[in-house]
Amino acid sequence: MELLIISFFQRAMINAVPLLFASTGEIVTERSGILNLGVEGMMALGAFIAFAVSFSTGSLLVGILAAMGSSGLLALVHGVATIGFKANQTVSGLAITMVGVGLAGFWGKSFVGLKLPFPDRVPTLGFLTPIPFIGPVLGSLDLFFWGSLALAAATWFFLHRTTPGLWIRTVGENPRAAEAQGLPVETLRYGAVVFGGMAAGLAGAYLSLSMGSSWIENTTGGRGWVAVALTILALWNPLRAIWAAGLFGLLFVLQFTLQPFGISSSLLEMLPYLATLTVLVIDGLRRDHRHLGAPASLGEPYSREER
Amino acid sequence: MIRWEPRENPTAPTSTLVTAGSLGAGLVAVGILFAFSGVNPFFAYYKIFSGSFGSFYGLGETLTKATPLLLTAVGLSIPYRGKFWNIGAESQILMGALAAVTMGLFVFPGLPAPVFILALFLTGAIAGGLWGIIPALLKIKLGVNEVISTLMLNYIAVKIVEFLVNNGPLTGKSKRGYPYTDDLLPASFLPVIPGTRIHWITLALGIAAAIGVFFLLKHSKLGYEIRVSGENREAARYAGINFLKVSVISMAISGALAGLAGVGELAGIHHHLGDPGSLSSGYGFTAIIVVWLARLNPLGILLSSFLMAGILVGGDAIQISLKLPAVTVQVVNGIFLLFLIAGEFFMQNRPQGRGEK
Repeated sequence: MELLIISFFQRAMINAVPLLFASTGEIVTERSGILNLGVEGMMALGAFIAFAVSFSTGSLLVGILAAMGSSGLLALVHGVATIGFKANQTVSGLAITMVGVGLAGFWGKSFVGLKLPFPDRVPTLGFLTPIPFIGPVLGSLDLFFWGSLALAAATWFFLHRTTPGLWIRTVGENPRAAEAQGLPVETLRYGAVVFGGMAAGLAGAYLSLSMGSSWIENTTGGRGWVAVALTILALWNPLRAIWAAGLFGLLFVLQFTLQPFGISSSLLEMLPYLATLTVLVIDGLRRDHRHLGAPASLGEPYSREER
Repeated sequence: MIRWEPRENPTAPTSTLVTAGSLGAGLVAVGILFAFSGVNPFFAYYKIFSGSFGSFYGLGETLTKATPLLLTAVGLSIPYRGKFWNIGAESQILMGALAAVTMGLFVFPGLPAPVFILALFLTGAIAGGLWGIIPALLKIKLGVNEVISTLMLNYIAVKIVEFLVNNGPLTGKSKRGYPYTDDLLPASFLPVIPGTRIHWITLALGIAAAIGVFFLLKHSKLGYEIRVSGENREAARYAGINFLKVSVISMAISGALAGLAGVGELAGIHHHLGDPGSLSSGYGFTAIIVVWLARLNPLGILLSSFLMAGILVGGDAIQISLKLPAVTVQVVNGIFLLFLIAGEFFMQNRPQGRGEK
């Protein structure tokens, strides 16, 4: 029984990692006032690039960096469309998802079923294993897990305790006032969007290099969309995102845990999506003021005042 | 550095020029991507156009695929005018087909053919409309982002159909364990134009819907309310426009038209419901590009759905001849969509110091 509980929580943590990376990134992007619904696509592209580059170079690290680079670049496309050309953020994000998921499938076709040709994996903190009860779980989680926690914490510190973080929040709340203070609104937004893309790329790299080690089609399976919903559940606060991601990690595991009890697998696979919707509904019921904590200018294109 | 200034109302030539420019830039970008991936872009484009518009068979297939795109895209143009981003057409199609196949198998048999067909279309429209209303209620009542809710509903609908069809209550007795429902009775099959798969009743419905929605948006009070709530939220609030009513009606019509498309695919082509991905291979998503290509104009959708269907049929052709995976179409769609929405900028702004003709 104890072993069962341990493996349940272990797998929940494993499933929480990509959600935490991606929603931490999206929180920064949205805090700057830009909504990027392309997370699913950036994650899918990152997953493919990480796998393909690691596969051919033999280095996990190079693969991870390449994933961050490529997803950051895809995010930059969203930035150019929405900041440069003032295109509709919702539709542009959707297009980014199409391109990312499409490219992962298009380029990934010839990799389907291949396994990483070397035994190295991302290291774990094995020295934690002797800790009673929680040790075996902590000791089995790799650096991606610790990295996602560190990134969320550091991002919170950055946003709420540093001057550039304050700039980003100001730009998201009131770009006009930010501009009047002399802040480079567009540059800050580009930075926040690219950061969000790189974080989604990390989430993707984790999916193809740590959670799995062979390339399968549709690796992301809607996780990017769940991550977007988590930013709302987390009230745009990276520390709250840790708990939110953990909760959804549990849900992703629940579907496998309940399968032996004879519940239809289709219904169980519905759980994370149903839960995402439920969370948004509860969130709406709980608050009188819609989107308390949402950056005030989120989704609004900004044009400089004519002088 | 060119300076830009806002322009008032883009003229028709400007609008056409910008759309053509966006498409041209999209073609070049996709071409570069193809070349980079080891596919000769000229050969690919040649194959796409000869596959879809170059033969009688190709044209027939293009019209067959244009049918669900037309209905769905016309439906999307309504909420999009009100800036309600319905990404859930895919599941509204699916729910229309699911309700129709259920009623068609268990309730409607015995009805004479024309009534049977009418009943199927009505069922599909109601089911699609109801499924479409959910995100409208969630958004207006609870502030739930409609993009996320419609997407989640897409996943949920797929799982519902899988549950019912795959070893579930709707699995066909005659299908020997395969995940299909039984076939509908032949009385409910939609007639097709001989030698093609064009189920012309659905196509006619689509054309009628395009014309109807054009007048709805342009000349009715509801259309005015939809446009105002999309263009200027504050003004709409002052004018006393009821957002709940406007969103619910927009989404009900939008979902109903997608539901009709689902019935068309069911009764016109497949005659049973199986894997959710085979009934609608992404029509609900492709329709988003179709709407955008027509700049949300229902009459323009008559043309853009035909064009986009051609790309889908041609896409099938290059999948076979160039051995490209099915998602290739999605990359092409995404890139075109990006160029189309970025092109909007040139509709709203013009280089400074140059007057408009």
